[in-house]
Amino acid sequence: MPEPLLSIRDLVVEFSTEDGVVQAVDGISYDLYPGETLGIVGESGSGKSVSTMSLLGLIPQPPGKVVRGEALFKGTDLLKISKKELRHIRGNEIALIFQDPMTSLNPVLKIGAQIDEAIRTHHPDEKDDRIKERSIELLRTVGVPNPDRRYEQYPHEFSGGMRQRAMIAMSIANSPSVLIADEPTTALDVTIQAQILQVLKKAQDETQAATILITHDLGLIAELADRVVVMYAGKVVELGDVHTIFESPRHPYTVGLMESLPKLNADDDWLRPIPGQPPSLISRPPGCPFHPRCFLSQGRLRCREEEPTLRPIGGSAHLTACHFAEELEGHTGPLVEPVGAGV
Amino acid sequence: MTDQPRVHDPNASGLMLGPDVNRDVPAGGGQMVDRAVPADSSAFTHEYGLEIEARSQWGYARRRFMRHRLAVASVVVLTGIFAAGIFANYIAPYSYKEIPYITIAGTSVIDTSQILAHPSRQHLFGTDSAGRDTFSRTLYGIRTSARVGIFVGLLSTLIGTIIGGLAGFYGGWSDNLLMRMTDLFLTLPLLAVLLTASKFLDSSTPTTLAILIACLIWTSIARIVRGVFLSLREKEYVEAARAAGAGDLRIMLRHMIPNSVGPIVVAATLTIGTAIALEATLSFLGFGIRPPTPALGALLDEGQEAGLDKWWLVTYPGLLIVLIILCINFIGDGLRDALDPTQRRVRA
Repeated sequence: MPEPLLSIRDLVVEFSTEDGVVQAVDGISYDLYPGETLGIVGESGSGKSVSTMSLLGLIPQPPGKVVRGEALFKGTDLLKISKKELRHIRGNEIALIFQDPMTSLNPVLKIGAQIDEAIRTHHPDEKDDRIKERSIELLRTVGVPNPDRRYEQYPHEFSGGMRQRAMIAMSIANSPSVLIADEPTTALDVTIQAQILQVLKKAQDETQAATILITHDLGLIAELADRVVVMYAGKVVELGDVHTIFESPRHPYTVGLMESLPKLNADDDWLRPIPGQPPSLISRPPGCPFHPRCFLSQGRLRCREEEPTLRPIGGSAHLTACHFAEELEGHTGPLVEPVGAGV
Repeated sequence: MTDQPRVHDPNASGLMLGPDVNRDVPAGGGQMVDRAVPADSSAFTHEYGLEIEARSQWGYARRRFMRHRLAVASVVVLTGIFAAGIFANYIAPYSYKEIPYITIAGTSVIDTSQILAHPSRQHLFGTDSAGRDTFSRTLYGIRTSARVGIFVGLLSTLIGTIIGGLAGFYGGWSDNLLMRMTDLFLTLPLLAVLLTASKFLDSSTPTTLAILIACLIWTSIARIVRGVFLSLREKEYVEAARAAGAGDLRIMLRHMIPNSVGPIVVAATLTIGTAIALEATLSFLGFGIRPPTPALGALLDEGQEAGLDKWWLVTYPGLLIVLIILCINFIGDGLRDALDPTQRRVRA
């Protein structure tokens, strides 16, 4: 195993709200290796975005707060360095691609000016015409046609797909070593999504950046990710390489996620959603946070009382946080009775 | 593992992307690819023959403003008035302090027939109690008022934007401190403070008077800018800029100020009107511009001292004050409609 580029250990992020303290991220740990694509999946509110945003100091503080943990990036703990040092890393060594390209671009600045800005922020002494050339080159790289004309245009003259390309161009402007893509295709048309995935792959190839792909779209994970982190209620519940996760999931939540996907090759009348709602992060259920919705738990005492920890299963690279993960062995087909059937 | 994390070079070579991009680059050099950029980008036509007329934000704003007839008319009128003031030394038939003398029996005496003369061809707006031409004095008065108004507009916008911007951007205790300070300024009885201050400071020149006024009326702009900044702070492109490593100052100057230009311009315009009215009030009360420099308010004061039957002395400067402030308010309204980005409907 090579040295991890980014290593997160026991990260806890809390938000204080009027109803109480929300533990959005509850002691997660994972590594990101050079050149790989790490997918983070989970429902809304599972803490997948917060876990990465907090590393870069991008969660609103207050109400947000990193309670403990460490995030080693090239030997420095991102959670301990000064704001100024962190600013030097943001957009330079670790870059972000935002979800909605319609709102992530400044409407009153030309696209070119915004890419220039991304470069100039970290290269203040660079000459203007060289920055401009670089920006146009970036637009060309991400597949924006007529880049030198597009450079002079405003965001409202760009379509959604073109804007996301421009966003990707901005994010790779300084050749980051880590690229964080937070739901990069969620706001786009399905037809455009595939194109953007290609652009994203190309951007990865060109920068050789390790990528964290945050999404709830398992299709995207299957397409792009090398390894997968499954998050539920602020915790990592399963971690493994993409083939293992898809072929032999060893956490009932992961199984449920896959069951709830429509399949073209199966003759199902009903999708199988995971019953119930994600738990409130203020009053977490005791024991395993997933047990009220779990088909495997079935009221077993251990699930309600003892919180499972991540443990290796079937090889050291595959981790699960389920007491009874072994019972899932051999299961690849549908495990849950359709809840919606007949209702 | 061969693909180790590349060591990041913060210099030019860090700008390079991949082998595809820097293939023309001499090894070790940080030179960017010298690629010919078509000089005439307007030659571009869409590949499918569809021509889309691209309009900038300002293009939209200009079109919306042009539809606001009253505002456009006001711009014309105000430009005319201000131009007459600025070029007063070319237009005015007399100097503002020129007293008519005639020579009787070898000695030069004031021409009493010219004192308090009715409007005539020779003196369009009549003459005052010293025989000076009111038309000329009014033109110079416009110059003084315009100078005060515009200077106050700029200065109070600067103060208001800085204070409101810092309060809105940082929020928390700095917001509290700055806004309570703003409240304090708002509670001051404007006229009383101005009158007192102008007695102690030498406010007889337009510049000092303008600074004095600006220091008191930046509050409305500060409140507006704070409000706009508070909402802009939550915008995703601000977060994106932060994620790109931009510092606070860069975010404020590059992202937040350009996005709040609309409300700032509207508020600044209306401030010019307020400033001109205040200057007129002060000068009327005898605390503003000191004679012989004519100011519209001072002309009114002289006029009312001369008596109401000398109607021309108050009517023309008074009308001009009303006209100028009315025009500024109409322009402000027009700008408000034009610069509101939520309004994009096209009227035929």
